[in-house]
Amino acid sequence: MRIRITFSKTDAMRYTGHLDLFRSWERTFRRSGLPLAYSQGFHPQPRLNLACALPLGFTSECELLDAWLECTKPLQQIQQTIEAVLPPGLVIHGMEIINIQGPALQTQVTSVVYVITFLDDIPDLDERLQRITSSEHLPRLRRNKSYDLRALIEEMAFIPLHEGGNRKLRIQVSARESATGRPEELLDEMGIEFETTRIHREKIFFQS
Amino acid sequence: MVITPAEIQTKLERILPTVQKPGRYTGGELNQVVKDWDSIETRLALVFPDIYDIGMSNLGLAILYELINHRSDALAERAYIPWIDMEAAMRRAGIPLYSLESKQPLSKFNIVGFSLPYETLYTNVLNALDLAGIPIYSNERDETHPLIIAGGHATFNPEPMYSFVDAFVIGEGEQVIYEIIDAYQEWKRSKSNRQDLPNNLASIPGVYVPSLYRVNYKLDYTVDQIEKLDDRANLPIRKRILPHLPPPPTHFIVPNIETVHNRIPVEIMRGCTRGCRFCHAGMVSRPVRERSVTEIIQALDEALGNTGFEEIGLLSLSSSDYTHITELVKAITERYYGIHLGISLPSLRIDTFSVDLMDLLKDSRHGGFTLAPEAATEHMRNIINKPVSTAQLLDTVKQIYSRGWTTIKLYFMIGHPDETLEDVKAIVDLCKAVLAQGHRAIGHRAKLNLGISTFIPKPHTPFQWMSCDTVEQIQAKQEILKQELRHRDIKLTWTDPKVTLLEAWLSRGDRRLADVVFRAWQNGAKFDAWQDQYNFDAWIQAFSDCHIDPSFYTHRNRTLDEAFPWDHINTGVRKKYLVKDFQLSQDFKTRSDCRLQCFACGILPTFADLRRVNPGESWTCPEVKSPMKEVANKSL
Repeated sequence: MRIRITFSKTDAMRYTGHLDLFRSWERTFRRSGLPLAYSQGFHPQPRLNLACALPLGFTSECELLDAWLECTKPLQQIQQTIEAVLPPGLVIHGMEIINIQGPALQTQVTSVVYVITFLDDIPDLDERLQRITSSEHLPRLRRNKSYDLRALIEEMAFIPLHEGGNRKLRIQVSARESATGRPEELLDEMGIEFETTRIHREKIFFQS
Repeated sequence: MVITPAEIQTKLERILPTVQKPGRYTGGELNQVVKDWDSIETRLALVFPDIYDIGMSNLGLAILYELINHRSDALAERAYIPWIDMEAAMRRAGIPLYSLESKQPLSKFNIVGFSLPYETLYTNVLNALDLAGIPIYSNERDETHPLIIAGGHATFNPEPMYSFVDAFVIGEGEQVIYEIIDAYQEWKRSKSNRQDLPNNLASIPGVYVPSLYRVNYKLDYTVDQIEKLDDRANLPIRKRILPHLPPPPTHFIVPNIETVHNRIPVEIMRGCTRGCRFCHAGMVSRPVRERSVTEIIQALDEALGNTGFEEIGLLSLSSSDYTHITELVKAITERYYGIHLGISLPSLRIDTFSVDLMDLLKDSRHGGFTLAPEAATEHMRNIINKPVSTAQLLDTVKQIYSRGWTTIKLYFMIGHPDETLEDVKAIVDLCKAVLAQGHRAIGHRAKLNLGISTFIPKPHTPFQWMSCDTVEQIQAKQEILKQELRHRDIKLTWTDPKVTLLEAWLSRGDRRLADVVFRAWQNGAKFDAWQDQYNFDAWIQAFSDCHIDPSFYTHRNRTLDEAFPWDHINTGVRKKYLVKDFQLSQDFKTRSDCRLQCFACGILPTFADLRRVNPGESWTCPEVKSPMKEVANKSL
């Protein structure tokens, strides 16, 4: 059976990269005793699929994992079994059964919502964002290829503050293959150092 | 005011996104133990003096971590050395070296323990103390500072680190660590001053408190005599061993990032009966004690359930010699069939039995096949006491290639005593013959990887009287191998002779080297085990600053009556036995596996009392039948 897990990635897991996260999930399943399916061949790999790589240091409440199991069990039982052996930093929010023939997760992602928290007080933060929103194009280079950052940003707006605290910006960026908007590039464009912020992934949008 | 964990955490938030592999510095992995800091009487920090990626794979510290945290009145947390970028960021931000679990600065622990399995970690120990804000020299520390202890194979010659470490543990640490904690608590409750602490520890068997001994040198700087300055101190300091190996640890911390070994290590046996004369581990870890198959399987079951690791490593100095090896391998392959578990079985003997064993493991995700002939001529193998015939080696590799392995890795050592260029050329011929076997069996799919290490006459071995090859000699020998073994199917790796030289100085060093280690660190030496970080000039400058000629340690033959700087450390193996073995080597005579015949190395009389109460097959030494008193007298 193929299951889809929605989970959070927080705390120390923030600094676990995509491949290492994959490994953490494999070990979680191995601890659970649930029979994970493996690929054929000389170097069998566990059949696990992650929706879309979360950059190192980001937290998330909406990560998605597809796992193929060589068993059929009630979903609730599977969830309980896995939750009992989860490593710190991973929290399961939901689980569903997916058509085994369905398309791969990665191909379905369209856009992603991030919340950027500014740890430092930046007096002209609104003006800096204004410069971005009002520009038509933001040409940049990524690995020697030019692209337009502005076109990748679908929405951006500050989250209203109720009782002080750090300012937060919510952005929605494109996350299609070869058209991925990155929050750290927006920050760079705003002249803000990545390490003076916290970035959290709030939502992943899919093709219906 | 000492910085608080919360302050460290806040500062880390800013710097972690800017460094490579921040996952090294966060802690918070599955199975880490975090106890309530304020309610625990004795807090220990266990430090592996290299980066997380390497330290996390160290079995010794994993054992101690589990044991200490098992005590309700003690806690153990981990610390590793930050990589260059992180160290710079920490120093800029004013973050001292901290523990991964509670982010407490190391200076707030009661005891800080360093693992020293090899010598090229020494400058990192100094750097760790400095980064922790703890005075580097023992005699500059007071009761506000942690007690600094160290153990591991390098500490069988503790002298080059004598100025920095308050107490060394000689030998196996599982029991003695509890005794150290007890003694520490006793000292603390008695409210005595710091000077009394070492004395409290000094009488524990296996503990060496260097400040309680004085070394007198002769005019030529060889050791005249070592005397103790306190009645309670041990002299000689006899290593600790466990009469019976305890249950293996099973609650390994599961790292969130890739480390050097991602596997469950289980020691199937400790010690080795082969008696290779260059082998430090083989001499200092005697006697051989084996674990039962049942115990190993039970530990694997638990550890697999606790960690989910996809590989296990069955560790020992010579796997094929483990009495129940076939039974164990069969049991493991049956029990874990079909769960995609990698099984590594290193240190195999060169014979077809090993190939049969590995054949049983074929199902697991395996890599190449590794063998260590160490020398290429029968003559040289007799000198080093690793008698394997060339015919046997060629027969074994033929089997390996034809049974499905495409890559064989062979380890050779150059710079052996009395080695000639002819002996080195023989390595070339042998490797060509090995590869020819592969080509005959499977054509050009056959590959050969060669690891060429360099001999160091280690303390406590039969070769401790030997001199080292010079850098030029080693380079010439390496050049022959590089020239002659240029082949698309051969991959050759070797050790920088200057790194070998450092390891040789430090492993053979005396107390005078402590100041050299300090100077080298001041000159910028750290991460000496990393070829790209190693700073040879910093060391040469340090020797020169201290007016010491390094060749004193490495480039002269010793007479049999010379006292060594490590002679007060007793491994249980008698010097008389080492001398005899050294002389046998000069006559090209070998000694067989001591399972077949006991050569009275000294282990049995040294630990007769332990053997007597632990009869049976968990030790491979003969049983001691005589009553307690008689043997005690004989050993005198």
